Amino acid sequence: MIHKKRNIVLFIVLAVALLFMFFLDISLGSVTIPFKEVYTSLTGGNASKSTWEYIIINYRLPKAITAVLVGVGLAASGLLMQTLFRNPLAGPDVLGLSSGAILAVAVVILGAGFLPSFFNTVLLSPYAIVLASTLGSISVLLLVLLVAQRLRNTMAILIVGLMFGSFTSAIVGVLTHFSSAEQLQKFTFWSLGSLGNLSWTSICILAVCVSLGLLLSASSIKPLNALLLGENYAKSMGLNYKKARLIIIFATSILAGSITAFAGPIAFIGLAVPHIAKLTFQTSNHRVLYWSTFFYGGIIMLFCDIASQLPGLETTLPINAITSIIGAPVVVWLLMKKRNFQ
Amino acid sequence: MKTILSTSDLSIGYKSKKTTVTIAQNLNLNLGAGKLISLIGANGIGKSTLLRTLTGIQQPLAGTVFLNNKNINTYKPLALAQNLSLVLTEKLPPSNLTVFELVALGRQPYTNWIGTLTPEDITKVNEALALTQISHLALKKHFEISDGQLQKVLIARALSQDTPLIILDEPTTHLDLLHKVSLFKLLKKLTQETQKCILFSTHDIDLAIQLSDEMIIMTPDVIVQDEPCNLISKGSFATLFKDEHIAFDAEKGKFIIT
Repeated sequence: MIHKKRNIVLFIVLAVALLFMFFLDISLGSVTIPFKEVYTSLTGGNASKSTWEYIIINYRLPKAITAVLVGVGLAASGLLMQTLFRNPLAGPDVLGLSSGAILAVAVVILGAGFLPSFFNTVLLSPYAIVLASTLGSISVLLLVLLVAQRLRNTMAILIVGLMFGSFTSAIVGVLTHFSSAEQLQKFTFWSLGSLGNLSWTSICILAVCVSLGLLLSASSIKPLNALLLGENYAKSMGLNYKKARLIIIFATSILAGSITAFAGPIAFIGLAVPHIAKLTFQTSNHRVLYWSTFFYGGIIMLFCDIASQLPGLETTLPINAITSIIGAPVVVWLLMKKRNFQ
Repeated sequence: MKTILSTSDLSIGYKSKKTTVTIAQNLNLNLGAGKLISLIGANGIGKSTLLRTLTGIQQPLAGTVFLNNKNINTYKPLALAQNLSLVLTEKLPPSNLTVFELVALGRQPYTNWIGTLTPEDITKVNEALALTQISHLALKKHFEISDGQLQKVLIARALSQDTPLIILDEPTTHLDLLHKVSLFKLLKKLTQETQKCILFSTHDIDLAIQLSDEMIIMTPDVIVQDEPCNLISKGSFATLFKDEHIAFDAEKGKFIIT
């Protein structure tokens, strides 16, 4: 098979690119650290400057790992949603999953003032934000599914997602009106997204969540391929549709929920990356798409992170802005090539 | 002759909280191996309901559907998929699937958790492609081929699922006469060569009379199953459409406008 050979070559290129971007992301920033020094530090050696080593271990490495986890996880959840809903425009953000997380986190951060101070300390711990965000996205996904079952019309589902988005921003607007400047700042920073500032403990929690989501996604590869022919054919081929759908939804929620919790609502990656993967590999086979979204997700997120803190820039741009600036033209370009827009 | 699917005193219809709509009662159908059986009836008569009940998607109001002498509603999804395959009318969602990949999806009831095709699976897929004479299309994307070819691909997918019974819902809609005939002849050939039982619903009654081994006729009053020539001599076709402008010419075996 010619395609197999081409795919193997592509995967090797992508793997090398991912590794290269990982090193580049660690090397670049307000202080540029040479590749060789990055390599020495990461392999346990001593960099020639101790400040470099400090920067790498405490700032750059956690950030690069977070970028990979976020990119990979969001891309996988986008792929799952697009196949499940048979809609090329589906993704964790378009369906309102992120809105659910935003609403829940807004209630926790901004609404904390309404509760006795005892709850305050509990609610503002990082775990509370993670929990709220995950619960928020799961409840929205269940809502979307309920609508999906009732209406069966995929466009209606997207409209519900859209409506939920504006509902969320209205509630958030009300909450901001009553919250303190400090709370507001905290929420705004969270909502702009950030790959840095994660402790190693947080990264471990995120890694566990993302790994669980990716494992569940991998177990859904066969059902996802069956769903390419639609629900009825999939059932006729022995698929337990309800169970498969539940697993897919749970995987998406845990991916999108945990990522939104730790890195904020990051747009476009979930929507754009699966399309880039489908376009370059020209396939719908999820065994191939799973790995190609995996690599592309990591590469593109690292690229966005590098772009957000280009050398020479004193400050770091918010990551959410970068993904949208890069993602929006990509989606438009994909729409122009509609023939291949599957 | 081996019976693949049979019904005993089957009643079909819809049940809601308050009312029960019965479409047909006391059905005793018998579908045998190696037979090509067509299901005909006017629009809205309940062909889809019958097919949905026969395929276990819908519960019967009363009675039982037996597939290989076992109640169809007691089958696990996977076991059912190994005994019954479907060709549906619905449009396929957009995807990049090639013809080979689409046909190979029919092997899902037999493959492992990630869907790896064994050499045996690949042999079955290639056999299905050869039987339906679409081997030359294997590497094309499924949206690049004509409607007639796509219908053959969907039949090949059902064949690769390797089931004793295949049920097709109006497989000849959207096809011109040439492709209708070639599709019917293909179904006929498949029943003869593979000893599968094939049941299909259709509105192409003239063609179905000429090529089916048996026919199931649905009218508001009664559902009958017999060989086409017996049905003609019994005058069953005349009851099919209640309209003064349509009559059945028993000698020619077709409907005429009066």
